[in-house]
Amino acid sequence: MRILVLFAHPALEKSRVHKRLLAAVDGIAGVTVHDLYESFPDGDIDIGHEQSLLEANDLIIQQHPFYWYSTPPLLKQWHDLVLEHGWAYGAEGRKLDGKYMLSAISTGGGPDAYLRGGYNYFTIRELLAPIEQTARLCRMNYLAPYVIYGTHRMDEPAIDAAAAGYRRLVQGLAGDRIDLGAAAKAESLNDVVG
Amino acid sequence: MSFLEQAFIYLAAAVVMVPVAKRLGLGSVIGYLIAGIVIGPFGLGFIGGTAEVGGDDIMHVAEFGVVMMLFVVGLELEPERLWRLRSPILGMGGAQVVGTALLVTATVAALGIDWRAATVIGMALSMSSTAIVLQSLSERSLLRTSGGQSAFSVLLFQDIAVIPMLAIIPLLATHGAPGSSDSSHATSWVAGMPGWAQTLAVIGAVAAVGIGGRFVVRPAFRAIARTRLRELFTAAALLLVVGTALLMTRVGLSPALGTFLAGVVLATSEFRHELQGDIEPFKGLLLGLFFIAVGSTIDFAYLASHPLLIAGLVLGIIALKAIVLFAIGYAFRLSRDQRMLFTVALPQVGEFAFVLLAFAAQAGVIGGDVSRPLIATVALTMALAPLLFVLNERVLQPWLGQCAETGPHRPSDAQDDGSPVLIAGFGSFGSTVGRFLRASGIRTTVLDVDSDRVDALRSMGMEVYYGDATRLELLHTAGAERARVLVLALDSPERTLELVRLAREHFPHLVIMARAFEWDDSHELLDVGVTHVYREALDASVRMGSDVLGVLGFRAHQAHRAGQKFRKHDEESIRALTARRGDRREYVGAVRRRMAALEELMQIDSASRNLDADSGWDSQTLREEIRRRPTLG
Repeated sequence: MRILVLFAHPALEKSRVHKRLLAAVDGIAGVTVHDLYESFPDGDIDIGHEQSLLEANDLIIQQHPFYWYSTPPLLKQWHDLVLEHGWAYGAEGRKLDGKYMLSAISTGGGPDAYLRGGYNYFTIRELLAPIEQTARLCRMNYLAPYVIYGTHRMDEPAIDAAAAGYRRLVQGLAGDRIDLGAAAKAESLNDVVG
Repeated sequence: MSFLEQAFIYLAAAVVMVPVAKRLGLGSVIGYLIAGIVIGPFGLGFIGGTAEVGGDDIMHVAEFGVVMMLFVVGLELEPERLWRLRSPILGMGGAQVVGTALLVTATVAALGIDWRAATVIGMALSMSSTAIVLQSLSERSLLRTSGGQSAFSVLLFQDIAVIPMLAIIPLLATHGAPGSSDSSHATSWVAGMPGWAQTLAVIGAVAAVGIGGRFVVRPAFRAIARTRLRELFTAAALLLVVGTALLMTRVGLSPALGTFLAGVVLATSEFRHELQGDIEPFKGLLLGLFFIAVGSTIDFAYLASHPLLIAGLVLGIIALKAIVLFAIGYAFRLSRDQRMLFTVALPQVGEFAFVLLAFAAQAGVIGGDVSRPLIATVALTMALAPLLFVLNERVLQPWLGQCAETGPHRPSDAQDDGSPVLIAGFGSFGSTVGRFLRASGIRTTVLDVDSDRVDALRSMGMEVYYGDATRLELLHTAGAERARVLVLALDSPERTLELVRLAREHFPHLVIMARAFEWDDSHELLDVGVTHVYREALDASVRMGSDVLGVLGFRAHQAHRAGQKFRKHDEESIRALTARRGDRREYVGAVRRRMAALEELMQIDSASRNLDADSGWDSQTLREEIRRRPTLG
């Protein structure tokens, strides 16, 4: 599968985790990394360019920190502007038909925080429901997210491990070695890559 | 009278009269001349009495002002600028100087004056007043119009033409000239040589200045600059000018010519601005002194006894020069109103005429009987120069405008349209605003003083009015009553302020959005209550700074955010500075003021929040809290 990593981080220069994640998937054959904040620092998104990128790929990975249970603002704006009616959805909008989408996100809290009774009350998949439904409306297949938990307390070896896991996942997806049916049903893809 | 007493009288006269003359819109040259008249033998009688240019100790000092002026003129002649303007300079300037000089010489010779004197008079009267014309044009933001540019080119040609003229005058001299013997200048090495040998000496000295300037003076200045002693640099600059002047007098040449050449040689050097800054105050003072001395020699007894002659001369000269100018404007295809501007800008005789006449008097080419009426005449044409500009503005241009307005090819006044936006000034700044608004579907009405641009814009179907936006009638015509926004994109801060006041008074409903240039005028606009102030260089320079961050490897978004924040921070700082600026602006020079503003801004910068303060995207405090209380995560 050709993969587009749609990456959004408003302050990557301060990030410890996402720099490593990006480096981990950089250069894998069939994978295009697209850095939204670097491409559109003033928020003026080139819609035509983005749509042609989407058309050229089969799987869209939205990689970003999970700020306030959502995407960074530029990625939200990207959804609003790029996924146009008549192109991405609606009676005539079939350009994304049958493609796949997943989220690769980092959270400050650990796995225990994303449980009923936990600090954040909802599970990650529940919190990602708006993204899942966005994909559905565009007739895309939504896969479970890859989540890097507890970034606030992560030490270097843990970050290395997370980056290596992300790399295995993307390599597996690019080489069509991952059971997509199972990946759609899982709670997260973390287990898939160990 | 002691030196101090003399100095006191001259300085007092200048300090009193020059501001008065400027206030009356007559310019500083006229102010100095009036000061000279007031303290001269026909005024209070403090000085003079010889009524002869060059008859007085102060006069010799003052003449040095002319020498310095030519040095500065030379410094300002950047080769590239000359090259860029070569065709108007040579074409229009050459036609003006040669045409006027020939006509005047022929007329004067026909009146029975010796041909040598007639030649000097022709050359002297072909000059225009750089000081007055440039001042008047820039005061009115007309320098960049095609008429203004043409006038500027002609003035440049005159500046250069002075040099050969100064070289020609001694050749016209008959031997044993009176005046050269009582000159305070150092004795000449070449006195008594035949004319051809003198000419040879002149060429040698000129070559010496050219070569010395390049191979001796520049390294010397570099060494002096390294000492970082400012006064030493000033001393060296003065030494250069004095030394060159001395060398030139030794070979019997005009010191002004020599320093002019030295200036040209150094115009491309890295010390150009430094030299200019150092010499400028001396030049200004001594030149002022020179004009005072000239003023004091205006012979009012002669004026009173020959009023018709003088009036005839003044009007005749202005008319003759104006005709030549008008013809040149026609030949070089200036549009009607630009031709008119060009014609009224240059028909006065300039300060160079005093120099040439004084020089010729010293060389004995012309006598007092000729120079006496001429000096009065020249001074009077200069006094009339600002009035000609006013005449052009109030009478000629409106009249031309009316003619044009009724012409078949002009669209009729669209009184009913009611554009919501008036744009005053359509140079690079105003036109960008205008294009942007037009692209956004907003109708605009443009007011501009450049008639060529007005024609071009009109042919593209834009609503453009020709004229000075600071005139109330024009604002009415352009529909200021119905507009909502007034965009001020004029080329001068003074006119911007003027227009702000006018608009405030007559059209209080207009939202004023003003282009500003420097901190200074931003302050003033904010002071008078304009809230929308746009410093023209701010956005581009911040954008550039932010791109520099990008080239250095910063994330595009970080650089963008830093730029956004800095721009806001800068605007807030300007507002803060305005509030505590007070009145000291009246007392210190513009450069010092800018430095002080920069210093204060940099203090505010370092005291203010970090530009990189988007903590929501990476909260240090959150991380610390989680480390203390692990249950949170």
